[in-house]
Amino acid sequence: MTSVNIIHGHIILPGADKAEPLHLHIEDGKIASVGKAATIAEHIDASGFIVAPGIIDLGVFKTDKPAFRFGGITRAALMPDQSPVHDDPATVRFAALKGKPDLWVHPLAAATQGLDGLRMAEIALMKEAGALGVATGRKWISDSGVMLRIMHYCAALDLPVILHNEDSGVTGHAVATAGETATLLGLSSAPIIAETLAIARDLMLAEESGAHAHFRQVTTARGLDLIRAAKTKGLRVTCGITPAHIFLSDNAISDFRTFARLSPPLRSESDRLACIAALADGTIDVIASGHDPRGPEDKRLPFSESEPGMAGAETLLALALNLVRDNVISTGRMFELLASNPAKILGLNAGQIVEGQEADLILIDPDAPWQVDGDRMAALAGNTPFDRLPVQGRVRQMLKGGKVI
Amino acid sequence: MTWTKPFAADSFPSGSDAFPQKHLLGIAGLQTWEILYILKEAEQWVALNRSGAAKHVDTLSGLTIINAFFENSTRTLLSFEIAGKRLGADVVNMHAAQSSVKKGETLIDTAMTLNAMRADAIVIRHGSSGAVQLISGKVDCPVMNAGDGSHEHPTQALLDALTIMRRKGKVEGQTVVICGDVLHSRVARSNLFCLKSLGAEVRVVAPPALMPSGIEGFGAVPFSNFDAALNGADVIMMLRLQSERMQGDFIPSPREYFHLYGLDERRLALAKPDALVMHPGPMNRGVEIASSIADHVDRSAITEQVEMGVAVRMACLDILTRKARGQEGWA
Repeated sequence: MTSVNIIHGHIILPGADKAEPLHLHIEDGKIASVGKAATIAEHIDASGFIVAPGIIDLGVFKTDKPAFRFGGITRAALMPDQSPVHDDPATVRFAALKGKPDLWVHPLAAATQGLDGLRMAEIALMKEAGALGVATGRKWISDSGVMLRIMHYCAALDLPVILHNEDSGVTGHAVATAGETATLLGLSSAPIIAETLAIARDLMLAEESGAHAHFRQVTTARGLDLIRAAKTKGLRVTCGITPAHIFLSDNAISDFRTFARLSPPLRSESDRLACIAALADGTIDVIASGHDPRGPEDKRLPFSESEPGMAGAETLLALALNLVRDNVISTGRMFELLASNPAKILGLNAGQIVEGQEADLILIDPDAPWQVDGDRMAALAGNTPFDRLPVQGRVRQMLKGGKVI
Repeated sequence: MTWTKPFAADSFPSGSDAFPQKHLLGIAGLQTWEILYILKEAEQWVALNRSGAAKHVDTLSGLTIINAFFENSTRTLLSFEIAGKRLGADVVNMHAAQSSVKKGETLIDTAMTLNAMRADAIVIRHGSSGAVQLISGKVDCPVMNAGDGSHEHPTQALLDALTIMRRKGKVEGQTVVICGDVLHSRVARSNLFCLKSLGAEVRVVAPPALMPSGIEGFGAVPFSNFDAALNGADVIMMLRLQSERMQGDFIPSPREYFHLYGLDERRLALAKPDALVMHPGPMNRGVEIASSIADHVDRSAITEQVEMGVAVRMACLDILTRKARGQEGWA
């Protein structure tokens, strides 16, 4: 039996805007009491720190423990785009064990075999093996019949469907958003209707099937309008975004910077501002890292030949804190976006500091300054589009199930 | 030939200040006076190339120039080879089929290899936008872009500007119509940037599916109707349409394309009576341009473009290697 007090910290409580100065008592890996410290217990002094729920990162492409540890991520939902693809119970079961005990990986089941977008995968068996959601992977499923059947199936199994929304016909081989930057650089580009179309269809299928649709990255004003309208209508719809689309516009790909090659591609400044507005008004439910470390073999290439993706786990928290500093969201809301909402979507009893929950906690020094440096990252690769950016906010300590790791 | 020079020979900054760039990667990064400086320098090479038997100098004697072409080319490669040889350089051509250099590390490794061979200048053509810039960051010598994907083809724009200058006296104020697959055309991009920089009015004409988004942001006036665009045109630049884009993806068929965007006698009559017809080559006769116009001695500048190409490339090779050659004011 272990007993730990976290004292003198400022605690993020569910529903509160700001962190409250309270003690916390952990007993046997679970939060035993908020507000009271036990008399006989080991103390962790959290003076000057925010005590927050560990980040639950909804949609990463690699299990990258050092990066997750740096970033304060205690649980990560792993996309099925692995080698081999996570489209059968054995690979899902194996992936779920990979991070334990200090990191919990929640593998997402591939919606289709080999992510081919055509043949349904063994979704129910993968659910039994531990999958908490079903994902279409890096791509949109273009066959509406297949997608409708998957949604019906997932609705019956009560699994969320995690969607990627780029209409493949409109997108083609595009590597950028249509606009002046893509035209200047001579890069193949797709108009933003690629996203709007894909979201519109999937919203209709979600309504038809009753499935819970989670749009992993909504990056355009028009896409967010669709989500907003669907929520007003009462559909089971949630959506997310990564810091890249919050803080960067397609200007970032100038000079053919492959670290800024993402999927979906970076958008115009007006779309970026619409994303920030959607964070403020509650349309966006999740901020995730989209963590996708890529080495030189994928990135030191001509832009169109490089692979999309960024290493985002380490910068997720510090960049999200920028939104608090800019008065876009409150500290409390930030942890809804980073922890409690992802937990709800995945059906996890986690992501909040309440009595009885697993003590997955991070102690944050919110003002600690540091500089993003792609050459010295903890991640498997340093492909960050935020290289050299000065940021604030460091995770000083992390507890998984009450244990300091 | 009327040839009123828009610049005085002594109006450029002295020494390397006239052209402070290390590489020639595109027109977009150049100042107007840098463009004019190359054009001015090219004049002497036009004269040399026309001088009869001994079209040769030893300016670049002892220097090695590698033409690394990762994409098939006949005329541009030949033009660069002749340019280098007329300046006295040792010119080596590397034909690397695109297929063998698919992976980027290989591309970077190739660049490192060329660098290790101590080339004094590398001329690169590559099928991917930005590939030449990528290589330029990995080598010590000057790099010239001979066309990268749909990005830029700066020497083409320079030779086109020189052709217009020589035929029309100046570029400034000319109404230039660029027609064809603007979306995929590096020639269109470089020409747009160059012509706007030199003060021309540029109209771009393309089928809607082949018009790049936001082109008006670069000062071009977009048209989808070729006839309308030709009104008052001084120069008509036709772009090559790649045959693989004529099979229904972007264009229903070659004959429908010619019907809407082909340059024939009727259309040419809509432009100014002395309008000049240009084409970067190789032409698809009957697809984008009627044979009778391509071969029209007074109106077509197509062969002159090829001639100016050698002179412009000689000028670029000369200018970019001056530092390495220790030329006074450039070292």
